Amino acid sequence: MTRYLGLYFTRIGFSAATALIGVFFALPLVWFIFAPFNPRAELGLSIPDPFSLANFETVFENGFAMRGLWNSLVQSAGGVILVGAGATLASYALSRSPIPGKSVITYILLLFSSVVSGSAAMVPIFLIINGIGLIDTQIAVILVFAGGLLPTAMFILRDFIDSIPKSYEESAMVAGASPVQAFFDVALPVIRPGIVVVVVWAFVSIWGSFLIPFILLRSSEKMPASVAIYSFYSEAGTPIVTLLAAYSLLYSLPVIILYLFVSWKFGFRFFGGIKA
Amino acid sequence: MKSFSLLSRGTGVAFLAPAGLLIGAFVIAPFFWVIFVSFTNRSLLGRTAVDPDFVGLANYFSLFDAATFFTRGEFGSSLILTIEFVLLSAVVGQAALGMLLAWLLQSVPKSLKHLTETVAIGAWILPEVVIAFAWFAFLDYENGTLNMIMEALGFPPGDWLLSFPFWAIVVFNTWRGTAFSMMLFNSAFSSIPPSYFQAADVAGASSWQKFRDIGLPLIRGHVVTDLILITMWSFNVFTPFLLTSGGPSYRTEILPIYTYRIAFRDFDFGKGAAVGVVVMLINLVFALFYLWVMRRRAKGVAA
Repeated sequence: MTRYLGLYFTRIGFSAATALIGVFFALPLVWFIFAPFNPRAELGLSIPDPFSLANFETVFENGFAMRGLWNSLVQSAGGVILVGAGATLASYALSRSPIPGKSVITYILLLFSSVVSGSAAMVPIFLIINGIGLIDTQIAVILVFAGGLLPTAMFILRDFIDSIPKSYEESAMVAGASPVQAFFDVALPVIRPGIVVVVVWAFVSIWGSFLIPFILLRSSEKMPASVAIYSFYSEAGTPIVTLLAAYSLLYSLPVIILYLFVSWKFGFRFFGGIKA
Repeated sequence: MKSFSLLSRGTGVAFLAPAGLLIGAFVIAPFFWVIFVSFTNRSLLGRTAVDPDFVGLANYFSLFDAATFFTRGEFGSSLILTIEFVLLSAVVGQAALGMLLAWLLQSVPKSLKHLTETVAIGAWILPEVVIAFAWFAFLDYENGTLNMIMEALGFPPGDWLLSFPFWAIVVFNTWRGTAFSMMLFNSAFSSIPPSYFQAADVAGASSWQKFRDIGLPLIRGHVVTDLILITMWSFNVFTPFLLTSGGPSYRTEILPIYTYRIAFRDFDFGKGAAVGVVVMLINLVFALFYLWVMRRRAKGVAA
């Protein structure tokens, strides 16, 4: 009897502790949920009265802000296409072709990509982009992201392709298909879920990032939303909080939607310790 | 029997080429380039921008100069600050809080579990600029949410970013990153057969005893993985820059922010590259250790 009572109190204590930690995580986000809908929003927390979409109108009328979102889309889409296509071809080759030392290649690439990270790489990446004359271009941002994300994308996809039986493509080839046909018509449809995961992961990574566009871009009309928002609040003497709050929410929407999509479709899982 | 391969060697190489080129140009080349630049006095402007001189180890001597090593705003001080930041925010903050949360989540009602997971994951997935701005509002002196709560509880308000900048970025990084450890440990705990815990219940074990004698030993491998990854991420994180820009007076200038200032504010690429090399060497140690652990696990040596 006392044991059950003990378990009961443990459960209550655990719930109270969990709720307290939950509040710690929620508090900084509460402002971000209310402020976009409050036409008189300040840095202070207040429940909007009345709820209003006026702040969003201000954002839609602000050319610089909208261009930031468009640039984010261009850069993320460009990066995702390169990562998706490059990783699919490369990891298929690593999984199915007789190239020697395939495992070693995968591990060495992964090693390089975790060693050459944002802060260690910012100087040489800037110099390389400067050297090939691509400073202050969107293509530079796209190429740098594609290169940086590819090793991890290949690692995830190779794992995925290795788990698919070769007999699919083999039977197609027995029926007379060329290896390239077998890849496009047979393997690709089966690999598609893996590609979707990689593409979503790459999109979220590029969409949310700040450092690379911050050091590679100079002119304001090429800046993605991350750099645009930062210049809103760091350079404007008093930040226009209403605009910033609504813009932050708009900018976060794709990430939230993609997260919901992935956890609905695949269940939120880990892929080699990768932040999705 | 020789295995029948689907792709010829030539097609395989062709398939590898696009990714290989991009990785070569923007991952492998920077690795060697940064080492090369660290031995020069390359700058952004002036003669040394186009025609840098070879200066040998001069940049490294200036980083590890004993006279200035501990001076605030210099490399040594920034390195020590970074180590403290990683230990406090990643190892103590993210890993310990993530572990506690994951353990608590095993036995709380489903709705509370989902709610807590949602806010923690929200802190983790939202774009860094947005998060930084939300924290800016949270910590604001005049109207911030935190001071509102402090006043409601009868405490004096604080100008957190000015008075406790280092603790502000430590708590910030803990808040931002705990979700990863929480999810990793959560899935590790749920993979333990429930019968183990039921047996312990029958024996009258307390929750702490179950954690210490069953939970923790069985997820030891995951703890190692988690610690390596979050240490590496926190060591390289640039996000605190968005909150404090490294200030006030260099008190939050962790190495990534220090590198940025040396290279892109002072335009001293040679010295910035030398910092990059040191950071890469430290990353290399962690990454090699991680790969070693993963390979051991893949071979089934460790749990």
